[in-house]
Amino acid sequence: MPEMTKQAGAIRNGAGREPTRDLPRYQPHVDILEKDDELLLLADLPGVSPDRVEIHFEDGALTLSGRVQERKPGEARAILREYGVGDWHRTFTVSETIDASKIHAEYRDGVLTLHLPKVAAAQPRKIPVKSA
Amino acid sequence: MLMRIPRVFGDPWFDQVFQGWPERETAEARGYPALNAWEDAEHYFVEAELPGMKMEDLDLTITGNELTIKGARNLSQVQGARYHRRERPAGAFARLVRLPVEIDASKAEAHLRDGVLSVTLPKSPAVKPKKIQVKVAD
Repeated sequence: MPEMTKQAGAIRNGAGREPTRDLPRYQPHVDILEKDDELLLLADLPGVSPDRVEIHFEDGALTLSGRVQERKPGEARAILREYGVGDWHRTFTVSETIDASKIHAEYRDGVLTLHLPKVAAAQPRKIPVKSA
Repeated sequence: MLMRIPRVFGDPWFDQVFQGWPERETAEARGYPALNAWEDAEHYFVEAELPGMKMEDLDLTITGNELTIKGARNLSQVQGARYHRRERPAGAFARLVRLPVEIDASKAEAHLRDGVLSVTLPKSPAVKPKKIQVKVAD
């Protein structure tokens, strides 16, 4: 369905940039859902405190980033390493069907919920039919 | 049923060669969540990333030298929504970590903050390393 494809194209990954901190950078897992009036983007950002979450929107590119603290208990030595710890960073392309001025977000327990409201014209509308 | 995307751990050299986003988990990661662990003279420290979880949704048990981490992550269903992308793991999970020496369960502590679980496991007093004085014979 053409309408569905257009909405699906509303958010796409953009290219990454070089990190400047010592910590590595990883892409967070995200879920993207579409509702009638908005797109919802949910990102897992474990290890990021609320004041370290940043959302930038510029030239149609939406960038999520979260900075973490190095987590290593004092003088202890590692005995198991199944994952790396690093900052979170991911960029998406947002189409004109999103009203950028109305983007808002909540963050809790390592999960960012980003609301991307659609412009009015992109929302489904029932058209009343009058009998002649 | 737990949905999970397997990933391979990357190190700095791997990044430079492949110029891509580094992957995070070792091929040997034995399930969800992935775990990191450390040791000092008196403790083991175990850490896991569990975004969206609260302590009451987790079940941690210690038996002898084994730590079990169990729980379930249920992603809230949004009414009338269609998924365009699903990457976040969801479902029931359980991991068992067997540590080299016995743990003093009564003194174990766990904290969950910003989606990171940190467990501190003091070693049992009987197994802590002791310094042995070596006297030099005259």
